Amino acid sequence: MDEPWFEVVAGVLKQHKVDLVTYVPDNVLRPLIDLVHADPYFTAFAVAREEEGLGINAGAWLGGRRGILLMQTSGFATLPNALASLSVPFQIPSLLMVSERGTMGEFNIGQQLVARTMRPVLDTLLIENHTLTHLEDVAFIMERSITQAFATQAPCCFILSPLLTGGKVFAA
Amino acid sequence: MNRFDITKRMVALLRHDEAVIGGIGYTNFDLWAVGHRAQNFYMLGSMGLAVPIGMGVALAQPRRKVIALEGDGSILMQLGSLATVAARGQKNLAIVIMDNGAYQITGGQKTLTEEGADIVAIARGCGLNQSVWAADESAFEELIALSLKEDGPWLIGCRIDSEKPKDTTERDPPIIKDRFMRGLGVK
Repeated sequence: MDEPWFEVVAGVLKQHKVDLVTYVPDNVLRPLIDLVHADPYFTAFAVAREEEGLGINAGAWLGGRRGILLMQTSGFATLPNALASLSVPFQIPSLLMVSERGTMGEFNIGQQLVARTMRPVLDTLLIENHTLTHLEDVAFIMERSITQAFATQAPCCFILSPLLTGGKVFAA
Repeated sequence: MNRFDITKRMVALLRHDEAVIGGIGYTNFDLWAVGHRAQNFYMLGSMGLAVPIGMGVALAQPRRKVIALEGDGSILMQLGSLATVAARGQKNLAIVIMDNGAYQITGGQKTLTEEGADIVAIARGCGLNQSVWAADESAFEELIALSLKEDGPWLIGCRIDSEKPKDTTERDPPIIKDRFMRGLGVK
């Protein structure tokens, strides 16, 4: 049986020496969060707000350590100022992973609306972003993009599609 | 106390290439004015992130002491970061809060510390037990010396006057970053 998406993601992070994982929790990300907590290779902890995780990871990279920030769509929407005034102008390879809400069965109108701001923000700031949809593409996209992010000193965002993760479903 | 004066006193106590993160605005302007060091990082936006950035550097280089300089308006934006620092027990991090009770750079509008919010009390409530107000310049120097010698995390509050900074930091982010990384031995 194929490895599930979160095991593939954790494997790629290890392969690229990304050992710091900051996050604001999300139900879809839970198996990945559980996995990085259980694996002593990773330093993983929750932060109070997404901006804070971006700052911690930026500082870690300045000090020679690689990190990734996990969040959901609404959390991404708190980041544009920090991306535009820290990651992009200082050329910091901030790695972001967003579990996508707001589409394919969303039940919360707030999530649906805020989700529409995500890709326009990424594209406006010229931040490389990829939607991870098919399990067989996850390793390739992530490996190449992480290599590119560090080589070009530019942030990169991975969006986890409900097609990959199953998403969050309406609890009737 | 005066921002430039105590920043100068702090820098004079640094002997081991300690990293210093200057929060946005006047906080990092006076850090720059004291004299550039290769281990100084100057923010140009991302208000409130001096403590998280300092924490990240501290995580990456646990044997180096890191000082995050932040203003009252800035830390009020990211109070959660004090709880994160406390929860992680980041031993090599010291936070210095320059509190003049005002958004000085935008015209001196009052901040919430002028209305009664006490940053040191908030920090203690977040679990940062080694949080104190520096009563005067000599107490400040003693606290900085202590924070450089003993395990943190530390938070040192300083009530400062509203004098303008002595200079303005050069606003060139890739150069600031490159110098800082070389200063930390990463490049």
